[in-house]
Amino acid sequence: MTATDAAAIARTAITPPSRKSRVWAPAWMRRHNLQLWIGAGMLGLMVLAAIFAPLIAPHDPTTPDAAHALLPVSADHLFGTDNLGRDIFSRVVYGARSDLTIAIVAVVAPFVIGLAFGIVSGYFGGWFDSIMMRLADIVTAFPFFILVIALVFLMGNGALSIFIAITCVSWVAYARLVRGEAMVLRNKEFVAACQASGISTIGILVRHFVPNVVSQAIVYAMSDIVMNVGVIVTLSYLGLGITPPTPDWGSMMAGGQQFLAGGFYGMTLFPAGAVIWTSLALSFLGDGLTHQLRIDR
Amino acid sequence: MAEVDEAGAPVASSAQPPSADAPLLRCSDVNISFSQRGSKQRLHAVRNASLEVGPADIVGLVGESGSGKSTLARAIVGLQRIDSGAVEFEGRRLGHTRTAEDRRGIQMIFQDPFGSLDPRMKIRSALAEIIRRHTSLRGKQIDTRCAELMDMVQLPRTILSSRPAGMSGGQRQRVAIARALSINPRLLVADEPVAALDVSVQAGIVNLLSDLRREVGLSILFISHDLSIVRTLCDSVNVIYRGDIVETRPCAELFDDPRSDYTRTLLSAIPRLNGPRTEGLAQGQSLGVRRR
Repeated sequence: MTATDAAAIARTAITPPSRKSRVWAPAWMRRHNLQLWIGAGMLGLMVLAAIFAPLIAPHDPTTPDAAHALLPVSADHLFGTDNLGRDIFSRVVYGARSDLTIAIVAVVAPFVIGLAFGIVSGYFGGWFDSIMMRLADIVTAFPFFILVIALVFLMGNGALSIFIAITCVSWVAYARLVRGEAMVLRNKEFVAACQASGISTIGILVRHFVPNVVSQAIVYAMSDIVMNVGVIVTLSYLGLGITPPTPDWGSMMAGGQQFLAGGFYGMTLFPAGAVIWTSLALSFLGDGLTHQLRIDR
Repeated sequence: MAEVDEAGAPVASSAQPPSADAPLLRCSDVNISFSQRGSKQRLHAVRNASLEVGPADIVGLVGESGSGKSTLARAIVGLQRIDSGAVEFEGRRLGHTRTAEDRRGIQMIFQDPFGSLDPRMKIRSALAEIIRRHTSLRGKQIDTRCAELMDMVQLPRTILSSRPAGMSGGQRQRVAIARALSINPRLLVADEPVAALDVSVQAGIVNLLSDLRREVGLSILFISHDLSIVRTLCDSVNVIYRGDIVETRPCAELFDDPRSDYTRTLLSAIPRLNGPRTEGLAQGQSLGVRRR
């Protein structure tokens, strides 16, 4: 009896501590970090679809064909057609191109800017830090969406202005996160050891600070891409994003809305499914990465 | 403890002839103060401190926590600005901004071996970073140098390709010593290098420092609050109390005949097992501490 007790205790001790996940996942999945691979697989599929859109899409995504409007799901039209007779499957695939591109590009710029400012702010402190943090306070004082929408409104529709608007707003989160880590790092003795041995400040920041803070920023970036997909789709849904002839999930959903009452669900359902698929993939990937990077510590 | 008590043979005979030539390091009337939050008064961490370290000397700096010994150490390596006074190295006065040449002369090791190595950096890269900064060695030469350093601090060379995560405190401290010695400094400032280690590991590090002095003529400013280690290792001792250096004496003299009241209090605080355990040990003799 005591032996089995001991065995049970030993087994429970081995299982990793429970942690908060963005997505619910069963224990066996978490234990083997399957989330990472499932997330990566799901996202990889979507990215491949975006890259090879011209090969995958059976029809042209933009040319209207009034004779084949509002067709149901069939072998020729996997997801049916929309009110202008365009193949929904092709449009979803091409939509991945525009939406994912902006989502990913719009995560790189804030990532780099936030990382740089956060490290410099956290390392030096002083007046530079004060100015950066007040600036960050100003940006966060506005609701995220309101600020992005206002900026897009100012700059006009299109991918470039969405990209700039997201960058202006979301670097702050990275800067805050990284600054906190950098402030902890600054007081570590290995930093003093580097200073004492004459390693330049740039060298310390690039070779010691960046590798030590970047994993947190990467994990955050995963959830930030989800956010960006949401922003782009929302803006396009509101008519502020990608302009109509270019396929995009947000404007597709907006276009399909008026046909829902008529029983034509495909126009809304399939692009919505693509959004959910992508968000889920990124959330899994983010959780998986968090897990992976924590073990590596 | 077994290693510590076994065989009383002296490890290093460190009877140094009193050096007549100029000291390697001379601090004269160093004052260091910090501004305090919510108070106009400055906190005087170090007051008119003067000390000297001669070539191939091991000089102790002892005092309780908060007495300013680490602050003085940081000032010597240029991590801390001094208010007044002078830090001279090889006859040159050092400013606050140190040149690469100044850095090459003085290196430092720290108390916490778990904080003094970058957890994300392999040992080879950590050593290479400093070697590349201060020498003209490149590529393969750096690898050779790293291997030499590992031999010098008695670590297996395989440690070079690992990260600090799996290493013990003693191993980490040896790596820190290797890093400090990678550019052949003349003076090593050791800020409580063994305080965070357990006793048997302490012995190994203390012996290593003593060997390094003998073999490469390294001078060491050894900061500690552990008087028995200071007695084993050091030639002379500076006692610091609340920022003042209250007594500077050769080690044997100080332990036999402490002059200041504070030193006496400090000495009486050494825990003893079965009475005066260290009696009969000449200065420079070890406490029987041997490497495994």
